[in-house]
Amino acid sequence: MNVSTDALGTTASGGRVSRLAMFQPVMLVWVALAAILVFLIVAPMEELVVSSFQHADTGDFTLENYAAAYSKPRYIQALWNTLKMGAAVVALAIVFAVPLAWAVARTDMPGRGFMRLAMLGSFISPPYLSAIGWILLAGPNAGWINKAWQWVTGDPGRIVNVFTFEGLVFVMASNVFFLIYIFTHSAFEMVNSEMEDSANILGAGPLRTAFKVTFPLILPAILGSAIITFLISIALYGVPALISIPARYPVVVIQLSEFFGNTPIQLEVAAAYSIPLLLITAVLLGLQRLVLRRRTHTTVTGKGGERRIVKLGAWRWVMFAYAMIVALLTLVAPTFVLFVAAFSKVWTRGLEWSNLTFRNFYYIVFEHSTSQQAIVTSLTVGAAAASVAIILALGIAYIVQRRLLPFAGALSFLAMAPFVVPGIVLAIGFFAAYAPPPFALYGGVSILILAFITRFLPVAYTASAAGIRAIHPEMEEAVRSLGGGRLTAVRHVVAPLLKRTLFAGWLLIFIPAAQELSTAIFLIGPKTRLVSVLVLDMSEEGRYEHLAALGCVLLVILALLVWAGFKIAGRDFMLRRDAS
Amino acid sequence: MAGLSLKNLGRRFGTFEAVKDLNLDIAQGEFVSLLGPSGCGKTTTLRMIAGFIDPTAGTIDLDGKILSAPSGSLPPEKRGMSMIFQSYAIWPNMTVFENVAFGLRLRKVPSADIKRQVHDMLNVVRMGELADRYPSELSGGQQQRVALARAVVIKPAVLLLDEPLSNLDANLREEMRFEIRRMHDEFKITTVYVTHDQSEAMVTSNRIAVMNQGRIEQVDEPYKLYSRPKTRFVASFIGRTNFLNGTKAADTASFEGFQVPLSALAEKAPDGGAVTISLRPQAIRLHRANPAVSGKIALGGRIAERAFLGETWDYQFAARDGGLTLKVAAPPDTVFEVGAEAWVELDPGEMVPIA
Ligand SMILES: Nc1ncnc2c1ncn2[C@@H]1O[C@H](COP(=O)(O)OP(=O)(O)OP(=O)(O)O)[C@@H](O)[C@H]1O
Ligand SMILES: [Mg+2]
Repeated sequence: MNVSTDALGTTASGGRVSRLAMFQPVMLVWVALAAILVFLIVAPMEELVVSSFQHADTGDFTLENYAAAYSKPRYIQALWNTLKMGAAVVALAIVFAVPLAWAVARTDMPGRGFMRLAMLGSFISPPYLSAIGWILLAGPNAGWINKAWQWVTGDPGRIVNVFTFEGLVFVMASNVFFLIYIFTHSAFEMVNSEMEDSANILGAGPLRTAFKVTFPLILPAILGSAIITFLISIALYGVPALISIPARYPVVVIQLSEFFGNTPIQLEVAAAYSIPLLLITAVLLGLQRLVLRRRTHTTVTGKGGERRIVKLGAWRWVMFAYAMIVALLTLVAPTFVLFVAAFSKVWTRGLEWSNLTFRNFYYIVFEHSTSQQAIVTSLTVGAAAASVAIILALGIAYIVQRRLLPFAGALSFLAMAPFVVPGIVLAIGFFAAYAPPPFALYGGVSILILAFITRFLPVAYTASAAGIRAIHPEMEEAVRSLGGGRLTAVRHVVAPLLKRTLFAGWLLIFIPAAQELSTAIFLIGPKTRLVSVLVLDMSEEGRYEHLAALGCVLLVILALLVWAGFKIAGRDFMLRRDAS
Repeated sequence: MAGLSLKNLGRRFGTFEAVKDLNLDIAQGEFVSLLGPSGCGKTTTLRMIAGFIDPTAGTIDLDGKILSAPSGSLPPEKRGMSMIFQSYAIWPNMTVFENVAFGLRLRKVPSADIKRQVHDMLNVVRMGELADRYPSELSGGQQQRVALARAVVIKPAVLLLDEPLSNLDANLREEMRFEIRRMHDEFKITTVYVTHDQSEAMVTSNRIAVMNQGRIEQVDEPYKLYSRPKTRFVASFIGRTNFLNGTKAADTASFEGFQVPLSALAEKAPDGGAVTISLRPQAIRLHRANPAVSGKIALGGRIAERAFLGETWDYQFAARDGGLTLKVAAPPDTVFEVGAEAWVELDPGEMVPIA
């Protein structure tokens, strides 16, 4: 064949273009990505469903697991309890979040900057630490509030008890309401003042306008985020583990851990028991999609308009007081107590000079090898999961957004799929798929990292897709027309332009991944340590001072990273709605 | 042959044919524009030449080597062409210098040479002072100059431009047209320029290919395209014109109110009994009395409407006999009131029969 080659390596022969010149390596990439996604998502989910129908010993098809999972009234009760708890949590979270979101987005309430900071604090602080804070504050016997009451009044009784249904709901709500806050806040920012003005001109007063115009416009945002909040709270492990057991209020996640805690592990029964959780999630997320579709419809018209700040007059102080109470109860008080306990010889003695000590920190950081190991492992597992998830998501998002290959939509569907899987259910699937041979990953950190990657892949994908969508394809075509391949374009143009977005996305994954408990609890081996799991262990042993010190170390490290994130990625990176 | 050659080129999107049976030969060093209304397939054609889109029919070859065919295409990075985009596509993460140097770096040119070539090129586009700026610190026109420099500095075999001036304001657009022409005169790079602005195409091009609904209607020099349009579409797309419908006898064509010998027309009329001619408003002269020039046609009538456009008067002339109305362009000093009696003088040599 008569082949000629010019300076750029052009190979073309007389009649047709040479096959080699046409070959595009993206094909192989597609196959590789599809294989990875099958490994991370399809296989564990398939194993979960399959093993729920499998006999534990023989592997034959059976319905026994379902029979066992729903055999006792206690088990059914736990399901019902979970739904009741989820509904109550959502209701309370809305009461916390919506007035705050409105006040911060649309009014002249003082302290709006502080509230933004407080929401960030809510994001950083893991639910189990705040639960511990409330146990120290409102424990029935030694809790500070009861102690203070007894000291002031001389009454030996108690006024608060966190180990109740109400306590459970309250602590849950204080940890999940910031999601509703973020969604509602951005919806308020989208509502155009002109829409409100037109209602005013037609004779509606400010209150009437708020109820007839503004709230209907943001209602879809509230509903959508309420559904997500409901799903998060029914699948959250840490708070129920600390509170619902002493409160004698069994819920699904606790029941699941009981199936897992038995020897031998009743994996198949746990799988069968977790199916309702999966179904509820899928149905509700479908519902949420419907709700949000309507929302985009309404906000398109409101986008970009000018927003006027509502002058509250004297009411601004009422609003301010409300905001401060919410911030105090949900974040400041439990965190403060945690820090005090971390610096105390005995936490029950409270704020006293003679009680002050740095020993707990010294012990946690320098003496106690288990907690050193836990801090290092938590941070590295979080970092590894965040890095891999971002790189994987970036590759998929790039192929999908640039329509490089047919069936790219299947990749994006798989990447978003873990969104409908509660962390604890995902863990059961991973256990079913990868604990037994040939993989036999149980016991090491690799299974944790893999599960965390899967868990946070949707967040990574949303962030990456948004980033790539913002880069004009002509930027890359310019590289290619000058003689660079696709990889050159990615390296010299796409990657540098995405740096900030990717860093923000990385932090959005790293922070929850470094504290993740729900996914970790069934996958962690007897020799592996994570801060989240260790905190739970220490609380069982009642070592609250050490636990508090460990929690504070984690919080400080994460807060420093977020601060660095602000410096590098800009102020709003955490509150961007599409990435949450 | 040397140069770029598109043969029976076609591209479908689903069942929709965006480009149909397109043939175009562009000589080495020639500047050809693709001109046509929105959606006619200009960008699709250009991107097939660049290699971003594969044809579904026909071939593209350069200097006799096949670049694109339905069986497969050489990827854009191996074609040795360069392209300038409507969005400029200047990389915001690199300085002006780095943007322009990028193609040379890919070609592993020694860095001293890169420095010299980039600076020479930036001076050609009058951006020498701004080499260290980032794109966000440049105006739209300056960014376009950088795009031009970046594309030309690698001495591409073919330079492709897709509506590069459409995001600029009118004055800048006019200036950049000449800039692009000047660059071409200096470097003699084979160039394909896509635009829907006819004056842009006329200023810059050696030849213009007028496209309509995925086909090329006519390829000619700007003057020929204007004075000798071959189709109704070309005649109306390039400038304004009058269409006159008539019938053909043995050796004369008859129109409403007058007759012309077929041999006197600008071109040979196509076969068939009917004939349509295009007559430019500029080719018609207005008189107050019957001019009676031999070989020309004179028609009496009235001025029906008029508008003053600054450089010309725009008259609507209605003939006395028959329902014929004509658009007539006249110099500013030729003033007729609306309703005034007038005569028009028509030159058969300016009447172009069209298909
Ligand atoms: N990827 C595609 N899928 C389907 N149809 C397409 C695609 N790309 C182009 N088309 C269609 O092909 C036709 C020609 O498009 P093209 O972009 O070439 O037009 P154009 O002449 O460049 O128009 P403009 O002046 O508006 O840029 C249009 O009708 C367009 O809708
Ligand atoms: Mg176009």
